[in-house]
Amino acid sequence: MTLSEMNFVLPDLMPAAAEIFLLAAVSLILVVDVFLKDSRRTTTFLMTQLALLGCFVITFMTSSAEITYTFSNMYVDDLMADFLKLLLYVTVLIVMWYSRDYMLDRAPHAKGEFYSLSLFATLGMMVMISANHFLTVYLGLELLSLSLYGMVALNRDSVQATEAAMKYFVLGALASGLLLYGMSLIYGATGTLEITAVAERLYMGAANKTVLTLGLVFLVAGLAFKLGVVPFHMWIPDVYHGAPTAITMFIGSAPKLAAFAIVMRMLVNGLIVLAADWQQMLILLSVLSMAIGNLAAIAQTNLKRMLAYSAISHMGFMLLGIVTGVVGGDARYALNAYSSAMFYVVTYVLTSAGTFGMILLLARTGFEADNLDDYKGLNKRSPWFAAIMMMLMFSMAGVPFFVGFFAKFSVLQAVVAAGYMKLAIAAVIFSLIGAYYYLRVVKIMYFDQPTDTSPIEAPLNMKVLASANGLAVAVLGIFPQALMSLCAFSLLRSL
Amino acid sequence: MSGYPLLSLAIWIPIIAGFVVLATGSDRNAPLARMLSLAGAVLGLLVTIPLWTGFDYGTAAMQFVELAPWIPRFNINYHLGADGISMLFVILNSFITVIVVLAGWQVIEQKVAQYNAAFLIMSGLMNGIFTALDGMLFYVFFEASLIPLYLIIGVWGGPNRVYAALKFFLYTLAGSLLFLVAQLYLFINSGGSFSILDWHQLPIPMGAQIWIFLAFLIAFAVKVPMWPVHTWLPDAHVEAPTGGSIVLAAIGLKLGAYGFLRFSLPITPDASHELAGLVIALSLIAVVYIGFVALVQADMKKLVAYSSIAHMGFVTLGFFMFNAMGIEGALVQMISHGFVSGAMFFSIGVMYDRVHSRQIADYGGVVNKMPKFAAFFMLFAMANAGLPATSGFVGEFMIILGAVGYNFWVAFLAASTMIVGAAYTLWMYKRVVFGNVTNHHVDEMDDINGREFLILALLAAGTLYMGLHPLPFTEVMHTSVNELLRHVAVTKLQ
Repeated sequence: MTLSEMNFVLPDLMPAAAEIFLLAAVSLILVVDVFLKDSRRTTTFLMTQLALLGCFVITFMTSSAEITYTFSNMYVDDLMADFLKLLLYVTVLIVMWYSRDYMLDRAPHAKGEFYSLSLFATLGMMVMISANHFLTVYLGLELLSLSLYGMVALNRDSVQATEAAMKYFVLGALASGLLLYGMSLIYGATGTLEITAVAERLYMGAANKTVLTLGLVFLVAGLAFKLGVVPFHMWIPDVYHGAPTAITMFIGSAPKLAAFAIVMRMLVNGLIVLAADWQQMLILLSVLSMAIGNLAAIAQTNLKRMLAYSAISHMGFMLLGIVTGVVGGDARYALNAYSSAMFYVVTYVLTSAGTFGMILLLARTGFEADNLDDYKGLNKRSPWFAAIMMMLMFSMAGVPFFVGFFAKFSVLQAVVAAGYMKLAIAAVIFSLIGAYYYLRVVKIMYFDQPTDTSPIEAPLNMKVLASANGLAVAVLGIFPQALMSLCAFSLLRSL
Repeated sequence: MSGYPLLSLAIWIPIIAGFVVLATGSDRNAPLARMLSLAGAVLGLLVTIPLWTGFDYGTAAMQFVELAPWIPRFNINYHLGADGISMLFVILNSFITVIVVLAGWQVIEQKVAQYNAAFLIMSGLMNGIFTALDGMLFYVFFEASLIPLYLIIGVWGGPNRVYAALKFFLYTLAGSLLFLVAQLYLFINSGGSFSILDWHQLPIPMGAQIWIFLAFLIAFAVKVPMWPVHTWLPDAHVEAPTGGSIVLAAIGLKLGAYGFLRFSLPITPDASHELAGLVIALSLIAVVYIGFVALVQADMKKLVAYSSIAHMGFVTLGFFMFNAMGIEGALVQMISHGFVSGAMFFSIGVMYDRVHSRQIADYGGVVNKMPKFAAFFMLFAMANAGLPATSGFVGEFMIILGAVGYNFWVAFLAASTMIVGAAYTLWMYKRVVFGNVTNHHVDEMDDINGREFLILALLAAGTLYMGLHPLPFTEVMHTSVNELLRHVAVTKLQ
């Protein structure tokens, strides 16, 4: 039996070229790494970087304004996917630069695993970003999650990390279950799992509303778990705190981009007809997240834990942009709202990576630099890095001239444009509460006397990277236009 | 000269100088940092001189306008301009920056570069606030100026500095966040414009005007500060280093008052008329009640801080009587207060540097040891009390005149400040300066040196010139104030 007799049509592989390349590259890296001596581990690192660069080139070259579907419409390649993937590669690349020395020092048993797991996680996120089918979303999500569970536990001798991994796994599995259940109910109501087809059927009104709404509830709950918003946030502080800082940095940055993507794919592209229903749910989640995230962060003495609660509140704020896309059946504001949310996520990822980068920069063998007290008098030890950290903190708090301000600004204007004045006022009040704990970090660095006077002994490349990251927060805060336009442009065709 | 972007220079020269100082100055070469800072501050002052000489008195339109797109996605522009209301503040601010750099010359020994850089950057940001004609640009400068002062209070302040710095930051941030929401509302309802001048023309229904007015009121009242949201100011003043107190009193407090004239009155005129009674009541409470609070203070800085609140109460009172005399008086009062309160805080700083106490009880008989200083201090105390021939008198007198035309009892209560103000200032002066030398600390005090003399003389010249010949100042603001009043008299309801 020859190929032609099977009536087999080879799918168009071009939309997934970067994914295929990355998969091949990871497989190669896995094999090569087995034969490398510990002293040659740099080779793995460089190969990883090359793989990401390769992906960047492929995605960049194949990017076009056309929307192409492939694998029987399970997979989509559009500008939003291209833009988010490019950002994803850059984020992962930066995270690896930051983490390299830290991981060599902290997880001696894990040889090349950190790199290969990171790349598999990246592949999972790419699949999530390009999914046009609920099962594709699930597939990508599981690839990401399973890699992350492993990464959290990489330092196998650490009780804390193992506990965090276990919690993450159990809660993550529960969330996956919720998500799958929600998907199955949607399948029951519409008879399809293809996202664009679901949207069409809902548009024609041919679906059982009760089943659909029930499915939607489970779907949103599952998504909320993955985004880490209240009341599905319990895993975030423990995992952020327990995981090695380099892994926390990974979890706290790139997956937020992918999470944003699947919210866009499933809720906006697929279930936009039900916007009135899911927007109500997300408003509640958003306000709760901003409230609990910001209030709980005040009580933290550990910087990683504080950043975990801060992440919860930031995701809550980002959701504000998502909930204002459709007002009373009118989608006029959709582009404005969703591109604001996207801008928020992108800048949050940048700021968050910088902040964890600072923790890694100050950490050294046997010292984690993750307690707030470790930052006492940093201005005396290193005025430059104290200034960088200050910029990151003010950006997180939303003070101009830093990019965090314009992130908050763009989401808030979407909220006001949609007419949700009360929501906007609630958001600024919670931002005020949030400003308190970011200011406290600045206070510790600038107003307190140092207890530890040792100089900062980080390698030069990390110093350069952390500086560039901090300066990017300031430069984007003065010239936010380009990134804002890119976000809007990439979403233009995908809505 | 009009070919140069003067306002941009006034904003960016100090900021760039600040970064240069940061980059070159370490703790080892403090003298270099001081010289560079002074050069930056003086240069910043020099570029504002053409604002005065090139100013067109005949028009109420914005002058020295610069307009460039900044964030086209939201129609935010880099839009600067000055009119008779804002121009004087740019010059005052640049002048005070020179004073502040000089004031910290010998006193600040820790982290000199960072200290001076913070002041220079703040100076540029404040010029930005006074000249921004784009709502968002204004807001960005308004918020960003909190950062340097937060650091100044927190790093170089007194024992309770952390609490004071945090209180200062959170109070002002709380006020300005609602201001942001109000701005967004205006942005959406004006069809996507952030231009303050467009907003001046925008019709707004009464209900919305009231809300916007209240949001503005909270933002600016915290900054002014008005009773009852004034409590951060005494803490901030007491803990701040001398330079921080000078800037805060001379310029920081003016930002809120300026906001009333640029935002509240012209954008929400109907709500302003509707709620003028509220603002006037709050202002009178500040004038009378805070005046009595100042009377009982044992700490000199606290006393002057409370006296600032009372003086600023006068300013807001002048604004909301909607007559030219009141508003011009308030503007004169703001400029005068810039000189006088700056000089008062500097004088207290001079004594503090010698005795390391701000308690009135620790002093007595200073005149015996520091006759030159006592003479200057006397002048500023008199000006603070509103003595004729000093700048303090002109503004207060104009406001009281304006108040007589508005309502007798308002004028009566406002005029009581002439007595209370004289009481608390002169009583403090008497206890600190006159009498016999009370203790060995005072006995060891040296009279002012050349640097201190220069600073006091500069401030005294301003105080006296404005007191004896206020016409040039009122001339500048006259056209703009009349235009503002004409605008406020027209309803925006449809």
